[in-house]
Amino acid sequence: MPSIRELARICKSKNAGPFDLTIDIVFDDTALYRKVRASGVITEALFARLYGVAADDVLLTPYDAAMAIKATFPRLVPAGGIGDTDVYGCQQHAPLLDVEIPV
Amino acid sequence: MKEIRLLSTSAILGYGFPEASLQAGMARAPHVIGVDGGSVDPGPYYLGAGVPFCSTMAIRRDLRLMLRAAIAARIPLMIGTSGGAGGAPHLELTARLVREIAAEEGLHFRLALIEAEPPRAELQRRLAAGRIRPLGKQPPLTAEALDRASRVVGMMGPEPFMEALDNGAQVILAGRASDPAPWAAAAIRAQLPPAPAWYAGKMLECGATPSIPKGHDCLLVTVREDGVECEPMNPVRRCTPLSIANHSLHENSSPIHHIEPGGMLDTSDCRFDALSDRAVRISGMRWTPASQYTVKLEGVEFAGHRCISICGTRDPLLIARLPLFLEEVRGIVREKAAAFGVGPESYSLIIRTYGLDGVMGAREPVQQVAGHEVGFVIEVIAETPEIAAAVLGIARTNMLHTDFPGRLCREGNMAFPFSPSDIPVGPVYRFSIHHVLELDNPCEIFPLTYEEI
Repeated sequence: MPSIRELARICKSKNAGPFDLTIDIVFDDTALYRKVRASGVITEALFARLYGVAADDVLLTPYDAAMAIKATFPRLVPAGGIGDTDVYGCQQHAPLLDVEIPV
Repeated sequence: MKEIRLLSTSAILGYGFPEASLQAGMARAPHVIGVDGGSVDPGPYYLGAGVPFCSTMAIRRDLRLMLRAAIAARIPLMIGTSGGAGGAPHLELTARLVREIAAEEGLHFRLALIEAEPPRAELQRRLAAGRIRPLGKQPPLTAEALDRASRVVGMMGPEPFMEALDNGAQVILAGRASDPAPWAAAAIRAQLPPAPAWYAGKMLECGATPSIPKGHDCLLVTVREDGVECEPMNPVRRCTPLSIANHSLHENSSPIHHIEPGGMLDTSDCRFDALSDRAVRISGMRWTPASQYTVKLEGVEFAGHRCISICGTRDPLLIARLPLFLEEVRGIVREKAAAFGVGPESYSLIIRTYGLDGVMGAREPVQQVAGHEVGFVIEVIAETPEIAAAVLGIARTNMLHTDFPGRLCREGNMAFPFSPSDIPVGPVYRFSIHHVLELDNPCEIFPLTYEEI
């Protein structure tokens, strides 16, 4: 089964302000994007499991115009706070890369 | 059809841009040039300490080229979030560099400075009046937290920039501003609708970042009533529908609802159409005015002093029992620090393990070291630099010398690349204010001053 690293053109993480992390998965093919969405794999529950957050704290927004799916949830530690590991939040995407999607 | 051309030179003032790209951009006769001066992204330190995150050498280089170009073309130059964090010292630093460059180059213009660090008493009065609300999951702001903050800035919208332009300013330096605000100001003042004006700002705030290959470079955006067009000025870069769509997701919690001072930019029905192999037109954005004008407040408070040491191990026997080893080191640090009068409540000891979970911390799903060497950053944060250095010294020594069963290399566990091995990093800050302030007049906490240069 293909994984996100094979299907997506972009899979990235970044701060959305100092308290939240946002993850974007972007496709460049409308049919593929629709299939990924229809697969039901990319859900609040997926991010909750991969990142140890409550599903209720995940804001999941598909953005059809950009063929993208965005998930935003709280950072483990606010950016630059004591114990933070990634001030810019730009290296938190890797657990998603191997998520398999039946398309 | 009415249009305005806006030229952004880079992602941040001081990140640099090729001079040829600026010249190519100026050849397109832009109405305004500018660049974002800062970001909250490098973390709380820069706002707290009042210093920029780019060097003054780099800022001066970018500023000089932009000032020369703007004055020669008789167009405005606008910079938001000056000096990296947009507080009073950041704005003053940028203003000083502008004055120095103008004197060296013989440039003359009207300079506007827009301050964004309101007096604390003023914010206390507004807090007492119930006009400050928490954002996201923040607790309500208290008078004590507001007092404790090392620095608090307000994030201005486009209106103060428009006022400065109305008053004939040619070079406008602002404190903390919403990234798109100066660009939105230029377009709205040119009678263009707020939706494409704000959208243009969203694209311009990062220079040529919405292009591929991504790099710090110049982007030209043409704003019209029904949309915006993006084109990078360096011929090696291209804007494509994918590169623009990707950038439209940048650093926002929602890809479709972008809250700004005075309203919300709704991009749900946007279309991204390639105009050529290197320019893209975006249309379909909408703007919904807010019933109450608000600006974001950003504040940080002091959290201690940090001292760090960097080292690594190449010992497979140590790597095999790493968690246990680190626990033993922690225990010894606790004991020895207590012996010289520093209890565990007065410092934080963090041992960052690169090669295991240094990047993702507790969210790291891989629990096994796969490599042959492991890097460590040993970190202590305490109330004074002396306590931080003392505890760090103990931690460093015991990372080096702590014995373990089966140890074959008894001379030391860690390779230290530096002497001195311990590095005092300075004060640590934490974000403590992430709230919104209601305003009756968008300019009321952002005073403008003018200088004839």
